[in-house]
Amino acid sequence: MALLEVENLRTYFYTRGGVVRAVDNVSFTLEQGETMGIVGESGSGKSVTCYSLLGLIPRPPGKIVSGSALFGGVDLLNCSKEQLRRIQGKRISMIFQDPMTSLNPYMRVSDQLVEPLLVHDRMSRSQALTKAIASLEEVGIQDAANRINLYPHQFSGGMRQRVMIAMALISRPEILIADEPTTALDVTVQAQILELIRQRQKDLGTAVIFITHDLGVVASFCNRVNVMYAGRIVESAPTDEIFARPMHPYNASLQQSIPALHKKGQALFTIPGLPPDLTIEFRGCPFASRCAHAGEICKEQDPALKQIVPGHKTSCIRFQRGEIADVRIKNFVSAV
Amino acid sequence: MATATASIEPTPIRADELVQGTSLWKDAWFRLKKNHVALFGLYTFCTIALLCLVVPFFTGYTYEQTEISLKASAPLEPIFSRSEARKVGEPKKSFIALSNLEDEFLERPQSDRKAIVAKIASGEVYQEGRDTYQRSNQRHVFGTDPLGRDLLTRVLVGGRISLAVGFAATLVSVCIGVLWGATAGFAGGKVDTVMMRFADILYALPFTVIVILLMVMFGRNFILLFVAIGAVEWLNMARIVRGQIISLKNQEFIEAAISLGLPSHRILFRHLIPNVIGSIIIYATLTVPNVMLLEAVLSFLGLGVQPPLSSWGVLIDEGSRTMETSIWLLVCPAIFFSLTLFSLNFLGDGLRDALDPKSSKD
Amino acid sequence: MSIFLELENVKTHFPIYRGTIFRRQIGSVKAVDGINLQVRKGEILGLVGESGCGKSTLARTIVQLIPTTQGAVILEGRNLSEISKAAVRAERVNFQMIFQDPYASLNPRMTVYDTLAEAIQTRQQIDKKLLLEKVGRLMRTVGLPSNQMRRYPHEFSGGQRQRIAIARALAPEPRLIIADEPVSALDVSIQSQILNLIAKLCREMQLTMIFISHDISVVKYISDRIAVMYLGRLVELGPATEVVEKPLHPYTKALVSAIPIPDPQVERRRQRIILQGDPPSPMSPPAGCAFHPRCPYAIAACKAQRPELEQKESNRFAACIRVGEI
Repeated sequence: MALLEVENLRTYFYTRGGVVRAVDNVSFTLEQGETMGIVGESGSGKSVTCYSLLGLIPRPPGKIVSGSALFGGVDLLNCSKEQLRRIQGKRISMIFQDPMTSLNPYMRVSDQLVEPLLVHDRMSRSQALTKAIASLEEVGIQDAANRINLYPHQFSGGMRQRVMIAMALISRPEILIADEPTTALDVTVQAQILELIRQRQKDLGTAVIFITHDLGVVASFCNRVNVMYAGRIVESAPTDEIFARPMHPYNASLQQSIPALHKKGQALFTIPGLPPDLTIEFRGCPFASRCAHAGEICKEQDPALKQIVPGHKTSCIRFQRGEIADVRIKNFVSAV
Repeated sequence: MATATASIEPTPIRADELVQGTSLWKDAWFRLKKNHVALFGLYTFCTIALLCLVVPFFTGYTYEQTEISLKASAPLEPIFSRSEARKVGEPKKSFIALSNLEDEFLERPQSDRKAIVAKIASGEVYQEGRDTYQRSNQRHVFGTDPLGRDLLTRVLVGGRISLAVGFAATLVSVCIGVLWGATAGFAGGKVDTVMMRFADILYALPFTVIVILLMVMFGRNFILLFVAIGAVEWLNMARIVRGQIISLKNQEFIEAAISLGLPSHRILFRHLIPNVIGSIIIYATLTVPNVMLLEAVLSFLGLGVQPPLSSWGVLIDEGSRTMETSIWLLVCPAIFFSLTLFSLNFLGDGLRDALDPKSSKD
Repeated sequence: MSIFLELENVKTHFPIYRGTIFRRQIGSVKAVDGINLQVRKGEILGLVGESGCGKSTLARTIVQLIPTTQGAVILEGRNLSEISKAAVRAERVNFQMIFQDPYASLNPRMTVYDTLAEAIQTRQQIDKKLLLEKVGRLMRTVGLPSNQMRRYPHEFSGGQRQRIAIARALAPEPRLIIADEPVSALDVSIQSQILNLIAKLCREMQLTMIFISHDISVVKYISDRIAVMYLGRLVELGPATEVVEKPLHPYTKALVSAIPIPDPQVERRRQRIILQGDPPSPMSPPAGCAFHPRCPYAIAACKAQRPELEQKESNRFAACIRVGEI
């Protein structure tokens, strides 16, 4: 049985400019102990998907229009506030991108760390404090017994992120959602934090949903990858497959535009056009206007995720019909 | 929205082919139009200003024209004329309000008085001795003050004064404040410290004392009034502008302007101040009501405009003294004053939301 | 290859004061602490480093937005640190900067035309009709349709705004351009557009460029040579491909190993060097070699003396006493 089953999630934002379809029919499953990556650019809906699961969408203007998210028999999207509260922070935790604003600057780190323990596990304060110090040591903070009494601003960015991870893992959750946890960090610190998350995950057996825009991070970190575009999942596969045998032109285009994979002087592929306007209701595939492989059918038929080989799904209509063998773009004239 | 394509068209550019952009001002105006409260404020204020400017020419009275016999008549009270025939020349005409008509016949017993008043009120012409009493067509929409001056005209003319003082003083404070604050903020360092410490010292001096001193030195002068108020209000404006300029100075587009080698005055006037104007407008809109209140306070102290000229402040002061007997003398100017203050405040709030850079689409 | 820009022991220190009425200096933040560098005409030099290393400060020091505390910035033989402020202003048409944030680097109240026209006219006054032509041509060079010139920055996307910023930098016809993280704030698919554009423009206009980034893979892609910066000093300098494929300095090795490669096979086979601790703050630099507290190869001698950037192989420089041994 899967740990988390999300089906047909639709989260829309009702704004003055129109209805923003941030998440438009997203379904995925998460197994025990697995690391799943959600990759996309800004506006792809990757963060909103996970915020929806934990009831963090402001309503108004947001609204979860449809969908279910089954976790241990409870539908996270349709349960009582009390039920959700008992799951948040205890069985599903989240770490965020900006360590500066995710910690309360007016509370000592000790207070912030013991809070989930006092609330969820009903421990005494001294028990909770011991556990908190242990958790700081687990994330590699030296001299934890003394530093736990400091305020967040007295830690550096990398340290704050470690504190966040300690806070998220202190009640031994079954799922950890990490929303771009290393984007704001230096590259060497990022490597440390990723290594830390990987280590803790191994020790605790926690499943991780890792949200990022960086394909490189996903390659080293995740078992499975979901690529999102315009609020939908366009491709879903194990990590090796996503890179070795891409089945969606967006995925292939992204990989071909990364400088890291190119030699100097080799022109980078550029995806023409602009990210989609989410207030427009798409007819057909939302990527069609920018896709080198787009055909007539792409503009008419609504794409749906279909499994091609076991474990590997794509929503590219033409690939599903066998009209394209290789989604990679060859012989492109690089546009500037 | 433009798509990024590299096209090579060597055809010359014609100015009329260019797509006009929507400046941030137009953006702000659209946002303001959607804010109904702010629009209400704007239209109400414009209406009041227009009334004050135009209607006094049409009321048929001037603000100083007294008619003692009409003392403190209520709004729209019926008015009667008394023509006193004289041996030589035109009969002397005066006007009396219904409420005072009884007092004309004090020598008669009460029952008689009531009968006579009823007769005159019904439209008959009544003659007693040399005096002829009859209905008059005159109306005072807001009534009259103790000296028989038409209150409507006085309120509207007073409005002219109050609004003029409000805007003129604000203009003075904006001019001084913006130059001072922008220079201090842009120069930074010692110049900034000296300029702002000077402003701090001025800020600590009590406003009323300064105005009294100025009045004593230069006499009670209408122009002096708003120079004095403006000279006090500029301090806040300077502080606000300085703060804005300092935070703008560190923005990258200012660094870019410096890297282009542009001279300082151009950076200040072309790049910094236009981006600060939003705050200036908002603050100025909110300063006008403050200034008008200050002027009213001065009038309470007797330092305001000279009679017979009056402002809303003076009228409210006078009205508050006869509150028990003729409440309209207080209520009418107070309504106008309050409406104006509310309108400007609503407008100022609306402008703040409309010009807020965070709410512009990004 | 002639030397186009020379940095001679450039230092930029920011004093730290204490006290309110009587301030005394108790120390300084040594953001840039002795940079010696020669940039050749027509080359693209990549400058890489993490936060706190001083690369942005160095960029602003070179373009004279921040004065040097010590040392000289010599552009085409002219010492910019010694001449008067007015002379510097006159020189500014020869070097321009592209900033990181496309949302903050354009004046929101000026149209594209206003911004570009102002920039063009810094070199010479041009009459209006010709100005219209020039602005149009400039926009086309950076890939923007010229009929958009009367629009305001907020009506464009991030990538387009960056193109406008590039156009502005090119407008005075400079010979040197400093690009301070020009693609870091853009989406991945837009980054490649802008990188292609910059590479093309540098080639066609024979510009000399210093390309600053924290992303070494981007820098490797676009630069001829790479300089690695750590805590205000250069720790390695050499041809781009060699620095990334065969790094000499331990910090460069760690930096390269920390970059995630979007290729799972490669990722699995990699040797990862995970550094301990956080990047140091320039307010309290370590003694001796600034990197020694985090260096996996540090020995006692590293704490004693600060190593200089020295030639280790042909065209390759590193500031480490143990280069041959590790």
